Amino acid sequence: MSAETLAALQGVERVPGSLKPDAILVADDVTRHFGGMTAVDVKHLEIQRGTITALIGPNGAGKTTLFNLLTGFDKPNSGTWSFEGRPLAGVPAAKVSRSGMVRTFQLTKALSRMTVMENMRLGATEQPGENLARALVPPIWRPREREITAQAEELLDRFRLLDKKDDFAGSLSGGQRKLLEMARALMSKPTMVMLDEPMAGVNPALTQSLLSHIQALRDQGTTVLFVEHDMHMVRHISDWVAVMAEGRLVAEGPPSTVMTDPAVVDAYLGAHHDTDLGDDSVLSDEVATRLEAEVAAEDEQAERAARLEEKP
Amino acid sequence: MDWERILTLVAGELFAPTTAAYALAAIGLNIHFGLTGLLNFGQAGFMLLGAYGFAVSTIAGYPIWLAVLVAVACSVIFALILGIPTLKLRGDYLAIVTIAAAEIVRIVGRSTALTDVTGASSGLRGDSYKATFQALSPLGDGSTALGPFSYSNSSSNSWWLRIVGWLLVALACVLVWRLLRSPWGRVLKGIREDEDAVRSLGKNVYSYKMQALVLGGVIGSIAGIIYVLPRAVQPDSMGRPMTFWVWTILLLGGAATVFGPVIGSMVFWAVLMLIKTVMREVVPSTVLRAEQIEQFGWIIVGVTLMLLVIFRPQGMLGDKKELAINVR
Amino acid sequence: MRRATSMDRSPLTRATVLAALAAMLGLVLATVGPGGTAAAQTVACAPDSGTACITGTLRTSAGQPAVGVALEVAGPGGEQQVTSGPDGRWSLPVTEAGQYTVTLDEATLPAGETLRDPANNPRTVTVSLGGVAAALFPLGTPTGPAAPSGGATGDGDAPPPATGGEPGLDNTVPGTASGGGVNWDRVAQQASAGLVFGTLLALASVGLSLIFGTTGLSNFAHGEQVSLGGILAYVFTQLVGLPLLVSGAIAVALAAASGYLQDAAIWGPLRKRRVGMTQQLIVTIGLAVTLQYVFQFFFGAGSLRIVRSNPETVALGPILITQQSLISLGIAAAALGGVSYFLVATRVGRATRAVSDNPALAAASGIGVDGIVRMVWTIGAGLAGLGGVLMGLYLNATAWNMGSTLLLLMFAAVTLGGLGTAFGALAGSIVIGLVVELSNLVIPSDMRYAGALVILILVLLFRPQGILGRAERVG
Repeated sequence: MSAETLAALQGVERVPGSLKPDAILVADDVTRHFGGMTAVDVKHLEIQRGTITALIGPNGAGKTTLFNLLTGFDKPNSGTWSFEGRPLAGVPAAKVSRSGMVRTFQLTKALSRMTVMENMRLGATEQPGENLARALVPPIWRPREREITAQAEELLDRFRLLDKKDDFAGSLSGGQRKLLEMARALMSKPTMVMLDEPMAGVNPALTQSLLSHIQALRDQGTTVLFVEHDMHMVRHISDWVAVMAEGRLVAEGPPSTVMTDPAVVDAYLGAHHDTDLGDDSVLSDEVATRLEAEVAAEDEQAERAARLEEKP
Repeated sequence: MDWERILTLVAGELFAPTTAAYALAAIGLNIHFGLTGLLNFGQAGFMLLGAYGFAVSTIAGYPIWLAVLVAVACSVIFALILGIPTLKLRGDYLAIVTIAAAEIVRIVGRSTALTDVTGASSGLRGDSYKATFQALSPLGDGSTALGPFSYSNSSSNSWWLRIVGWLLVALACVLVWRLLRSPWGRVLKGIREDEDAVRSLGKNVYSYKMQALVLGGVIGSIAGIIYVLPRAVQPDSMGRPMTFWVWTILLLGGAATVFGPVIGSMVFWAVLMLIKTVMREVVPSTVLRAEQIEQFGWIIVGVTLMLLVIFRPQGMLGDKKELAINVR
Repeated sequence: MRRATSMDRSPLTRATVLAALAAMLGLVLATVGPGGTAAAQTVACAPDSGTACITGTLRTSAGQPAVGVALEVAGPGGEQQVTSGPDGRWSLPVTEAGQYTVTLDEATLPAGETLRDPANNPRTVTVSLGGVAAALFPLGTPTGPAAPSGGATGDGDAPPPATGGEPGLDNTVPGTASGGGVNWDRVAQQASAGLVFGTLLALASVGLSLIFGTTGLSNFAHGEQVSLGGILAYVFTQLVGLPLLVSGAIAVALAAASGYLQDAAIWGPLRKRRVGMTQQLIVTIGLAVTLQYVFQFFFGAGSLRIVRSNPETVALGPILITQQSLISLGIAAAALGGVSYFLVATRVGRATRAVSDNPALAAASGIGVDGIVRMVWTIGAGLAGLGGVLMGLYLNATAWNMGSTLLLLMFAAVTLGGLGTAFGALAGSIVIGLVVELSNLVIPSDMRYAGALVILILVLLFRPQGILGRAERVG
């Protein structure tokens, strides 16, 4: 955690809806009902620029729905929110993305019948060839395509997917798909990424690699908001934690103290009596790195087997 | 059995104007379904509108380029009307709406209320709108025989129509080939796979789907013009079954491929002709009447469609790994 | 030239159903004029022991020779084309005996000319060697005043099925007299017709909706289940000679069995293979095409009258309605009531609705989803069969494509009511029935189905969840 961001959050009140010194995303009175049920009812939420903020809460707390609302994938019953000072309520998902706030999904949406490279290229912006008329004249879009490809190769290299760039995304392992989806989201050089359960379904040993990617993002100045169930991960990397329960924001604070907030304990105990609230020591970096190496080997084997299967 | 005659008939099908028209229609559908994953079950509606647009405006005295433009404009408007309410909804809504809209076009076209314009159910006679197209022919009058194939040079079911029809097919193939390999095509492919993912990457999915619907529809309307040039505009011959044959052709050849629709159309018509002519030769008319042989042919088409979709959804040319037939 | 013989029998169907209906309703009816004598027989080819001639003369309605009209003759001796000469005559030698189909390419008729009896194109002639067979195509205004639009035509080049269009039903105007001004009696008459039509439609739609609800499949072959019911009733009354009630019951039972078998043979295995919904949807289209032509293959493209007698009419205040319609209405209402009771009040019915709501959840709570789906297919097909029998009686005839004509109306009804809700389908069907019949008052009757389809599109535009449906959670 960089000293700067830490300092910025030091003076922030540890109450739900607290004001941040430099908020990139500000939401007010966002509600969403399904039938008679209130899925989301958030009075006020601010996300500090340049930090990793975790959004946690028991199942059904409305985290993913809030994500959907903020990114334009669902329409709220009421509410306003702004991103970098621009109001975003009612703005379609694609435009939200173009304004610099890119999301990933809980169930990975790697486009499995396209190659890894094509997936990456699709994430890029300002490709004139995506216009129907200009698509017919390759000289117009080829230069940009080369730039995009170079950028994609760099990202893939960073995410250790470069040697798979010509494989179909469907042939990747679950963890690799998560990585690909994140890398693809970064192709547009977003100012803020919203990750919906980046660890869900990922082999635990691969998490370390994902975590370091997320931290690297923050260190480069990108704001990260992520939804997560895995408390280990939350404690490990987040600078700030917002807790939701039954659609409302019930607590906020740094990860070290928020878990002890009575509202959070209530929220979890109300829903899951047996949830382990996390322990840093379980996932020391050493252990994680070793496990990661093992998983990489496993993945390679699995892939080789899959290739053999496909051959006939 | 007169194999020479049968083979001539079958080979004639391979490059008949109707085969070209169906190939074009299937190329249009390929842009909808193969590239974008749109379930358009109203391709015959686009064709019929194109045919009406061309024929009615030609009869009204418009020059051919304007008549073609009218046909294209009709299909663009039709695509917009269909797309605006449905492209934001689930895929099967589009299927139901397109099939219904194509029926509406047919029902309205054959209504007595429009007898003066569309000729109601008897349609528009070919002679009334063929002249401008024939006048463009550089081949002159008379007929030419090439090997066993003898057709008139310019009129009706002519060499001229074959040349124009297949040139258009070639042009459409080049277009699809270009688009498939462009960033635009990449976005469509992404939409076919998972439109939410594409949306999350900042692409206006609705606009892309609309572009695909319009483009495929325009190609469909031109197919409609080619289809009616050797015959008449008959609303009842351009109904739902026509759409289904176009689908069969596309799935037979292979959706999301460049040449799939063309190969599909050729194989479809040639095999159908082969089956029917051989049956006519072999099966005595006491066992099967002529129309029963015809019906038998269509039964085979129906069964083929089912088997294709279940067992070989990628068709003759497609790559199973690349074809996503499932749209949500 | 392709598929000459293909030439559809649909015009025939159309004209026949039309005539039947016209008679039944005591509407305007003129006879379908007999062939006419515009053409005189001429012999241009000389028949001998090895040759026969097919010949004819074409004259315009004004009696002038019709020149340059293209005809195609297909049969055991192959396919040949011919064009009428300056005197309007044409003839073709053939060297094999048998049945020949003669198709006139209407596109080549002189300006302003139409076939007087389009249903007669193509026509079949029987040829014996050494003889002359005449194939006459009188020109003039199409006959059949009951529906001026009735002159459906075939086009020599058209693929037949296409022409197969929607015979009977595009043109028939059951229980209605179109034209004339709007008055309350007419409104009442149309509304009652709409109610009957809607109720019968509901029989078919409810099954479609249940199947969609439990499996997610838009079954485009559901119309063929309706046709099947009607055709089976025809088979058992007319070909076997059983009383209507018995044959109707057998038809419904067989239709239900066909649903069971269909799910066992096709849809169940496809679900097991995890074949996607879009693929399955296209399979239903293939099945629909197959069944339509199987029906045509065995029963021809003409209309099939389940009963030959003309039904008695009763007057209820200003409304004229046939006894048959009243009884049909009763049976349909009873069947729909039974299904409703089943869905609401029985364990299995509730389980069905649970599967419809959320199959995964239902399966998790111990409901045998496969069994439920199998049962839904059986009930759905049975109801559609019943709908087919009653609709066939109501329209006074059934045909190979009765169901496919109704299919879009069913979809309109189901969409209107909210996809997948059985009661929505019921309500939607009644609305669609009323719309179809009442729209007759303001738009030409041959466009009334279009009105229902426009409603379908409008519903999708403004309330895609239907009248009774709830907005779904997206994403």
